[in-house]
Amino acid sequence: MTEPVIEIEGLYKTYDSGFSALKDIHLCIPKGEIFALLGPNGAGKTTLINTICGIVNPTSGTIRVNGYDVVREFRKAREQIGLVPQEVTVEPFAKVFATVKFSRGVFGKARDDAHVERVLKDLSLWDKRDNITREVSGGMKRRVMIAKALAHEPQVLFLDEPTAGVDVELRRSMWNVVRRLREQGVTIVLTTHYLEEAEQMADRIGVIQDGAIALVEQKTALMDKLGQKRLSVRLADPLSHVPEALAGYDLTLEDAGRTLVYTYSAHNETSNIRPLFADLEAAGIDYVDIDTKQSSLEEIFVDLVGDKS
Amino acid sequence: MNFHAIKTIYAAEMYRTWRTLFQSVLSPIISTSLYFVVFGSAIGSRINEVQGVSYGAFIVPGLIMLSLMTQGISNASFAIYFPKFIGTIYELLSAPISFVEIVTSYVGAAATKSAALGLIILGTATLFVDIQIAHPFWMLTFLVLTTITFSLFGFIIGIWADNFEKLTIIPLLIVTPLTFLGGTFYSLDMLPPLWQKITLINPVVYLVSGFRWSFYDTADVSVGLSLGMIGLFLAICIAIVAWIFKTGYRLKS
Repeated sequence: MTEPVIEIEGLYKTYDSGFSALKDIHLCIPKGEIFALLGPNGAGKTTLINTICGIVNPTSGTIRVNGYDVVREFRKAREQIGLVPQEVTVEPFAKVFATVKFSRGVFGKARDDAHVERVLKDLSLWDKRDNITREVSGGMKRRVMIAKALAHEPQVLFLDEPTAGVDVELRRSMWNVVRRLREQGVTIVLTTHYLEEAEQMADRIGVIQDGAIALVEQKTALMDKLGQKRLSVRLADPLSHVPEALAGYDLTLEDAGRTLVYTYSAHNETSNIRPLFADLEAAGIDYVDIDTKQSSLEEIFVDLVGDKS
Repeated sequence: MNFHAIKTIYAAEMYRTWRTLFQSVLSPIISTSLYFVVFGSAIGSRINEVQGVSYGAFIVPGLIMLSLMTQGISNASFAIYFPKFIGTIYELLSAPISFVEIVTSYVGAAATKSAALGLIILGTATLFVDIQIAHPFWMLTFLVLTTITFSLFGFIIGIWADNFEKLTIIPLLIVTPLTFLGGTFYSLDMLPPLWQKITLINPVVYLVSGFRWSFYDTADVSVGLSLGMIGLFLAICIAIVAWIFKTGYRLKS
C-alpha cells in the first residue's frame, strides 16, 4: 500500500442522546485513491466524514490526515482537506468568483486569483464567475461547491453525495472532474447512493452499516468475490421443468420455460459452463441464443446489506 | 493565528455592508435624524436645559449609544446566524481556523460597522445641534467598548437563535426598552425618587451616563461605575462565548 493519507483507529461517536453513530471505525486510505463509502440512509457515512473534517467531535479514537491528528493538530489536518457536503449550500448573494476566493482565504491561503481562475475553468464555471450564486442552476451550484472545496489546493477531497439530484449528463461530467483530480494526485473519498457511481469510479469500496464498517475491499475483488453471473440460455422449445440430467447445476426456468438460467459465482467456477453445454446436447435440448450478465455493485450491495440486517 | 482567514471573513462582512448600504447605513442614520427632528427640535425647543445642556444636545450621546447597541447586536447576530441558517457554516467549522479567530473576525467587523455608524450619527447630529466633546479619549473608549461588547452579545444571540424570531426577540423586547428607559431621553433626576432607584438596575443607564459624561462632563452615576459596568458586561459576554466554543453549543455535535 502506498503512503496513507487518512488513518482512523478505534473511532467512536456517541451523541448525548446515547445514540452510537460510529462504532470502532478502523480505516486507512492511501494517497491518490478514490474510496467510495456506501451504506443505507443513517448508516453513519456523513457522520464519519464530518468527524474527519472537524464538524462533529469524536467521542474517542484517533483520526490522522496526512499524519496530522484532526483534534490536536486541527489546523494542519484541515489544511489538507476539502469538503463538499451533501446539501447544496452556497452564499446566495455572493458572486461565483468571490465565494471561491473567500474559501481560499478562510483556509489560510494567500490570495491567488490565478489558481481560482484555473479551478473555475476546470469546472467549466469561468463563464459564470461574475454571476450571483443564487442565479446559477442547481448543477452549477454543486460545481461551485466543488470549486470552493478545491480553492485551497487540498490533498484530500470529501464528496458527500456529490451527484444527488443532478441529471445524467452532469453526473458523468462530474465523474470526469473527479478522475482529473485523482490524476492530479488528490485523494478522493465519496459517499453515494448511486452505486453505478462507485462502480465507475472507485478503486476501493467500504460499506458502513449501523455505524460500523462492514467491509472494505478493492472494487474488482469485491465484485469478483461477491458477484454472481447469470448465463441465460434461450431454448428452441420451452421446457416444463428442469430435466433430471441437469440437476447437478443451479438452474431455473424463466419466461414460461423458454429461458434456462444458470447462476454461478463469477469467481473460479466458470469451468462448469463447458460441461453444462455438453449435458444440454446429451439431453437433446436445443438452444437458439445465450447471454451472460454479471451482478452489478448495486445487487452486491443489496445482498450484503440484506444479509447483515 | 490564521490571519488570512480573519482578514477574509472581516473583508467579506464589511463588503456585505456596501452590498446592503441602505439597510446598514442609511436606514439607521435616517431614523436617528428623525429622533433629532422630533425630540431635539420640535419637542426639545419647549424643554429647558437638562444638566446644563440644551435638550437637543443632551439626547445625542444616548441616541449614539442606542445606535451602537442595536447595530452591534444586529450586525453580529445576523452575520453568524445567516451561515447557520443557509448551511454554509460547515465551511467555517471545517476550516483551519480557531473559534477565537472566528469571533475576532465577525465581532471585529460588526464592531467596526457600528462604531463607524456611531461616528456618522455624531456627524449628522452636528447638523442639528451644537455638540461639545469634553473628553474625546473617553468618548472613543466608551464607544469602542460598547460596540465590542454589544457585538459580542449579538454574536451570542446569533449562535443561540435557531429561527429569525429568536434573532430579533432580544433586541426588540429587551435591548430597545432598556435603552429607552436607560436615560437616553432624560436625566435620572427628572424621575420620581423611587424610579431613580429602580432604574439603577438597568445596565444601559451606566453606559449612557458614562458616554454622556465624555461629552458634557455631567453624569447620572459615577464614571468609574459606568466603566466597571461595561467591563463587567464585556467579561460576561466573553465568558459566554468561551463556553459556547468550548462546548460547541449549537455549532458542533
